[in-house]
Amino acid sequence: MKKIFPDAKAALDGLVFDGMTVMSGGFGLCGIAENLIIALRDTGVTDLTVVSNNAGIDDFGLGFLLQTRQIKKMISSYVGENKEFERQYLAGELELEFNPQGTLAERCRAGGAGIPGFYTKTGVGTVIAEGKEHKDFDGETYILETGLVSDLSIVKAWKGDEQGNLIYRKTARNFNPMMATAGKVTVAEVEEIVPLGSLDPGCIHTPGIYVQRIIEAEHEKRIEQRTVRERESA
Amino acid sequence: MAWDRNQMAERAARELKDGFYVNLGIGIPTLVANHIDEGIDVTLQSENGMLGMGPFPYDDEVDADLINAGKQTITELRRTSYFSSADSFAMIRGGHIDLSVLGAMEVSEKGDLANWMIPGKMVKGMGGAMDLVAGVKRVVVVMDHASKSGAPKLLHECSLPLTGREVVDMVITNLGVFEIETGKGMKLIELASGVCVDDVKTLTQADFEVAV
Repeated sequence: MKKIFPDAKAALDGLVFDGMTVMSGGFGLCGIAENLIIALRDTGVTDLTVVSNNAGIDDFGLGFLLQTRQIKKMISSYVGENKEFERQYLAGELELEFNPQGTLAERCRAGGAGIPGFYTKTGVGTVIAEGKEHKDFDGETYILETGLVSDLSIVKAWKGDEQGNLIYRKTARNFNPMMATAGKVTVAEVEEIVPLGSLDPGCIHTPGIYVQRIIEAEHEKRIEQRTVRERESA
Repeated sequence: MAWDRNQMAERAARELKDGFYVNLGIGIPTLVANHIDEGIDVTLQSENGMLGMGPFPYDDEVDADLINAGKQTITELRRTSYFSSADSFAMIRGGHIDLSVLGAMEVSEKGDLANWMIPGKMVKGMGGAMDLVAGVKRVVVVMDHASKSGAPKLLHECSLPLTGREVVDMVITNLGVFEIETGKGMKLIELASGVCVDDVKTLTQADFEVAV
């Protein structure tokens, strides 16, 4: 079965339907599937539930899908950088479920690993724990959180091969590996598709079994907070 | 007289010990990195997925794939490792991180922390704060002692939604340093330069023992 597709549009062909759940990798704008997000917008699919740590910014990343009102619900840990998100949320047009960041990461990992629920002490005694099962282990209280799976996961990696093996670069890894495992279908976009055998098999971050389709694409890689230091003058 | 932001960060930096793995929050906690004693070896964790965080890059070193949890561009060190966010929070939740320095809106005398949400205002989300306070071995809060209008932030009970219950071990404010021991309450252990106990009492609602 051929996993390599010519472009983002082709890679989503036949995979989308209204009301579906999509996991979108990335932290802030770092390591997001820029091209697949745009292709998803262009399919016109609506009523999406999107699982993503953040919601992009107004004019980049998941902000594109917010502009066109294709998202019904977001499951995220932090959404502070997006004015359109705020407007839609305050107007009651967008549902929002906050998860602590580590709980969100673990829910994706668990979902992909066939684990329907797990206990964590994160959020005990806060609004996050309300309505959730509590259980004590060795004198400490934990709450039950559930695993998450998606109809489609879109992830971004640095390099990949025709088998769908992926490696990520630096902190652009973030949520991508877990989301790749938790998709009924996972589509990856990479900066470079390399010949089979050229990735070190011992250093593959996401084995190809988790990736059904892969494309090579250009990435703008927009920076949210460019912070630099001055060179001391000679 | 009281401590400014940098002096508070400098005081917080004295809580870092040789060999510690440390997570620094956004705001004043970030400044702690500038005051780490050169004689000790400390590794900074960034919860998006990095151990061994280096300083901000020079202009020609900026790399979009290399950011910290505040989404700022940073650099790597020779000791650096990268990993997924699930692995990162396994470190945090699993108790492998020695110390976290965080900002706060309110802290109670029992060590409850509120720092993520003001009802009625736009909620941005808790990010990794709930995981950090639940899992990191020692939690140090750095914050202004009172609000700009003079309202106490060290309270009997937090009025804002909590980030965690009985999680704060130390509070460093512009007026001094408090220790909180679970079940024993709050203790003032240090005063900022030029500050007396009565100054602190005036701006504090929480009960605290004086041990300066």
